[in-house]
Amino acid sequence: MADVKLSSITKSFGDITAVDDMSLDIKNKEFFVLLGPTGAGKTTTLRIISGLEKQDKGDVFLDGQNVNDMGPALRDVAFVFQYYTLYPTFTVRQNLEFPLKSRMRNLPQDEINNRVDQVSKVLNIEELLDRSTLNLSGGEMQRVAIGRAIVRTPRVFLMDEPLSNLDAKLREEMRVELARIHLELEETFIYVTHDQIEAMTMADRIGVLNEGRILQIGKPDDIYERPACVFVARFVGSPSINTFEAVIDKDKLVIGDKDMICCLSREQCRSLEKINKKKIIFGIRPEDIEVTRDEKDDNSIRSEVYFSQSMGAEDILNLSISRDILLRAISPPKILIKTGEKVFANINMDRAHLFDADTENRIKC
Amino acid sequence: MAEILLKEITKRFEKTIAVNDLNMKISDREFLVLLGPSGCGKTTTLRCISGLEVPDEGRIYIDGVDVTTKRASQRDIAFVFQLYALYPHMNVYNNIAFPLVTQRVPKQKVKEEVDRAVKILRIGHILKKRPRELAGGDQQRVALGRALVRRPKAFLLDEPIGTLDAKFREEMRAELKRLHVDIGATTVYVTHDQVEAMSMGDRIAIMNLGVLQQVGTPTQVYRNPNNLFVANFIGSPGMNFVKCLVHKDGAGKVLVNVVSVDQSLEVSDKLKKILIDKGFIDKEIILGVRPEDVILSLSRKEGYIDTSVYVVEATGSYNIIDVILSRKEKLRVRTSSAVEPAVNERVYLNFDMDRITIFDPGTENSIME
Repeated sequence: MADVKLSSITKSFGDITAVDDMSLDIKNKEFFVLLGPTGAGKTTTLRIISGLEKQDKGDVFLDGQNVNDMGPALRDVAFVFQYYTLYPTFTVRQNLEFPLKSRMRNLPQDEINNRVDQVSKVLNIEELLDRSTLNLSGGEMQRVAIGRAIVRTPRVFLMDEPLSNLDAKLREEMRVELARIHLELEETFIYVTHDQIEAMTMADRIGVLNEGRILQIGKPDDIYERPACVFVARFVGSPSINTFEAVIDKDKLVIGDKDMICCLSREQCRSLEKINKKKIIFGIRPEDIEVTRDEKDDNSIRSEVYFSQSMGAEDILNLSISRDILLRAISPPKILIKTGEKVFANINMDRAHLFDADTENRIKC
Repeated sequence: MAEILLKEITKRFEKTIAVNDLNMKISDREFLVLLGPSGCGKTTTLRCISGLEVPDEGRIYIDGVDVTTKRASQRDIAFVFQLYALYPHMNVYNNIAFPLVTQRVPKQKVKEEVDRAVKILRIGHILKKRPRELAGGDQQRVALGRALVRRPKAFLLDEPIGTLDAKFREEMRAELKRLHVDIGATTVYVTHDQVEAMSMGDRIAIMNLGVLQQVGTPTQVYRNPNNLFVANFIGSPGMNFVKCLVHKDGAGKVLVNVVSVDQSLEVSDKLKKILIDKGFIDKEIILGVRPEDVILSLSRKEGYIDTSVYVVEATGSYNIIDVILSRKEKLRVRTSSAVEPAVNERVYLNFDMDRITIFDPGTENSIME
């Protein structure tokens, strides 16, 4: 158990700045996810925390202690690898004992047994101890893999895309299992991924990274509902948010060559007046657009279904407003709307996201 | 433009039967997805269509012409592997023009064809750039442009976006679907990713161990899977499967008893008829229910199953709630993002009986039709 603090960390590889003046405060017992595209600097950050990589500038603290000069072994952090790195010829018990049997530790067998029993109780794998790892389900293997890390009683668990090589079904199962294990263990987890759904569904808090910088830190709900900038808005959520450049004309948002006009709420108008911007970026999530055959109000936009994508539980309707403007909307599959059909896209302006066109930062409304 | 007909195709590699007696018609202008796990025979099927493999048995027709023994180059179809491979030293225009230039097409004609592809792909602003100066999405578009200028009869694509980041894959799914809508060429697309299949295919052909399991529109395979394999492969989060015992009570009602919790739920009239007609009274069944068709109540309700919450997964636009049915059995429920029970809280479940699928545990086939 530990809190982790990074203070103004910078790390370069040749000309490339992988991590750029990053500060992070990860709380004790937190499930913290570093989320970003390939090359964002998330793995480098994780390696700096572990001690496998040394930062050029800045400090790393574990439980308030500066660990800059400590090697990976002394930091007492555990990398949890993918579950299939278990030893197949060993039983579950032997797999769990393995890290404790190193000569360096020189632990008596009683002590080893005690720890294994304790850990298997916490992880609910007591019944599996004498089984071979070959016959375990995916969820059980994940528990054993984490068990092997826990017996060492590390202060922090580090995970680098542990689910990325699994097939879709197993990945779903593992997501649930990891979230649950974290609840039961009450340990600090730091988890790296490029998959926003993993971040959204498991994290207590998410740090969104791009090009070595932290763009936003917050609870999944905050990141989704109040993205700090256009990049975060686009990166989180699937299907992605719709974004358009728009011009403010009194209480109206004008997009394209008057292809799409939306009415702003009074609060939105007031916020825009305050910062005195005429050009903004307008964002609206696909689930905040309702598709109907009849016109509802001023924010019903005439459109045509260009093509639709079935997702099973819902359809993504790609609506063409004009030649250049496509709008993604989610609709329940029970409403059978066909390609080519003329429909109205009803924009829920209360849920609109407005961003400064120059800085791409969120405009608070 | 082309119609592709596969008749009784079998292909073996030594002792393995990669494709086993496959029959399929791919209509002109259709986007057909071959979907299945690795080793199911989907890529072998695609290679047979392309001419890179010759089937051991059966015939392949393109637009009514038997092409079974014709070479790949004589079939006039474009095989797009990973969408990446571009010539790094050529600019975008020359990369796209390349297949025509090597065929010694007159300059004016080359320009016309490239212009057409550029317009479809909306990449007019990057023609002078080199591949390494392009964002990933633009690189993909250029690679597609190179296939487009040949005006092939059909496009064959083998997991073209499988190795990309999740976010980028989502963009490319919409991009490829849009492209297909715009040019309407027959397309056969191979993937193991059911999301790609659902979101792009006009129809999906699901294969397993060389055998075709089902062909249908995304809605058909999602709502009416033929068997457990299809039901399990399609959908994310996946379908729940619950072992039940069918019985009839004194009043003539038909109920399914959820074995692991020994609780009974009444079925709809339509299901009642099917269960009686097919002789499943007092027999075991597997009840398949999609996460969005599980009804979840936060308060106790008559006739609902009593369960507790294992994990709540909030995705932003909806929630997935995992509940514990019994020690070994969990169910996934999809709800609106407003439903947020606490972990370990009691919740009460029922199934939308008009939207469940029932499988015979012996044959693993659906008994719904």
